[in-house]
Amino acid sequence: MNLAVSIFGSTIGRKIIIAATGVILIGFAVGHLVGNLQIFEEADRINGYGAFLHQLGPLLWVARIVLLASVILHIWAATVLTLENHAARQIKYGVKHTIQATLASRMMRWTGVVVLAFLLYHLAHFTLGFTQVATYKENLPLYTMVGDYRVAGFLAVKSGTQVLDVRSMVILGFSQPVVSLFYIVAVGLLSFHLLHGADSLFQTFGWRSQKWAGALRKLVIVFCALYFLGNLAIPGAVLLGKIPVAESARAAVRP
Amino acid sequence: MVAETNSNMISITLRVWRQAGPDAPGKFVDYPAANLSTHMSFLEMLDVVNDGLTLKGEEPIAFAHDCREGICGTCSCTINGKAHGPGHGVATCQIYMRAFRDGEVIVVEPFRARAFPLVKDLVVDRSAFDQIIQAGGFISVRTGAAPDANSIPVPKTDADLAMDAAACIGCGACVAACKNASAMLFVAAKVSQLGLLPQGQPERDSRVLAMVNTMDALGFGSCTNQYECSAACPKTISHDFIARLNRDYLAASVRSAFKPVSSAAGGSG
Repeated sequence: MNLAVSIFGSTIGRKIIIAATGVILIGFAVGHLVGNLQIFEEADRINGYGAFLHQLGPLLWVARIVLLASVILHIWAATVLTLENHAARQIKYGVKHTIQATLASRMMRWTGVVVLAFLLYHLAHFTLGFTQVATYKENLPLYTMVGDYRVAGFLAVKSGTQVLDVRSMVILGFSQPVVSLFYIVAVGLLSFHLLHGADSLFQTFGWRSQKWAGALRKLVIVFCALYFLGNLAIPGAVLLGKIPVAESARAAVRP
Repeated sequence: MVAETNSNMISITLRVWRQAGPDAPGKFVDYPAANLSTHMSFLEMLDVVNDGLTLKGEEPIAFAHDCREGICGTCSCTINGKAHGPGHGVATCQIYMRAFRDGEVIVVEPFRARAFPLVKDLVVDRSAFDQIIQAGGFISVRTGAAPDANSIPVPKTDADLAMDAAACIGCGACVAACKNASAMLFVAAKVSQLGLLPQGQPERDSRVLAMVNTMDALGFGSCTNQYECSAACPKTISHDFIARLNRDYLAASVRSAFKPVSSAAGGSG
């Protein structure tokens, strides 16, 4: 039988697509968070990191295309399966009773939709600069690197290079409580989505069994809690005024 | 002489889905049932209610039942939203009236799934399961005189797991309990019961592919890993078998895509 038919044409195959793209997206989400936590260090770090990512050029585009394809496949497979699942029970029960399905598992479709809306907003906000135009990185004064930015020991961005002031963009962006709160709620729902998703993908790949399901559950809960706290830290610290922004950047946006 | 019993009597209201036929409109109808012994089984209670209906000249409630000892998988019913009712690891026939409170309204519905079309009242047609079993095909074994015991070595853990899977009575509670009306637990049990044993190896790949494809074609939903199925299963079959089925299906898909086929071969196994 054709492998593409078994994967794209069967329910199990489509679930494997959801799980595999889920792994890619979880990997990205974790890497993205770890990279962004550099904001708590000196300004050279996050700004050098941003400049380094842009220097990757074609590699950056490969990563972007893989991520975009993952998001599209994840949503496509979930939508097709959801429609099939609705069709599989056309007459509903008069009384509904849930024995052990977790709340996170029952909210997947809703948390998924909110996370998608957040993803689009997040791209419009920090990647494309469609919202908060005044504090978008390309409209802020350039930042001059004080020291070298190294990746795994290799020089990535040299001292004295003028780079985009990503740090100020993030801090100024999160200074608006409504924006920050939306980010916090959205990453909260994403963590909740992963509470089922990160556990569920082991079942879909056939790696989960009762022998270690309890340990897996605890690992997933710890992972999701850490992921949420890490994401909460950035807008949280900005709202509490714990990360100051460079005066030059603040002055540039002042009317 | 009949021994004294400490049976309590309860009265309940039965809210049953009544539907004269597959295409007839259905609705819930309330039937008061008074002075029921708590030692009565749920199906005996339905018998008593039906006796009353028959005496009044009304159509009795149609419900599926056979062995009434939890081994045939014929009885179905969703009781208060739960497939096979309030028990754990038991079928509807092993539910007793002591599981309910005096004065309770008990809602009884048929198993709901597109792949299980309704026949009448609480009776649904579960022959879709037979089609999945048929798609699974045969296993290649030597026939003839009874083989020596243990002529094929089977590790004890594999034999036990295969036996767990083989406990499936094909009642359809997994489909009824699943919010997606998925038959994954049933298919997983049937695929694993043979896939775990040496006798099931020759057709292992073709079996899992054919059974899953038939399951999909019959209009069952897919698994969202919420494990309502194993919680409702009267034989408490573990959803671990679903993980196994997923792995088996993927491996079989990859193998069948690359495995060479003899050009001289006729037919397929």
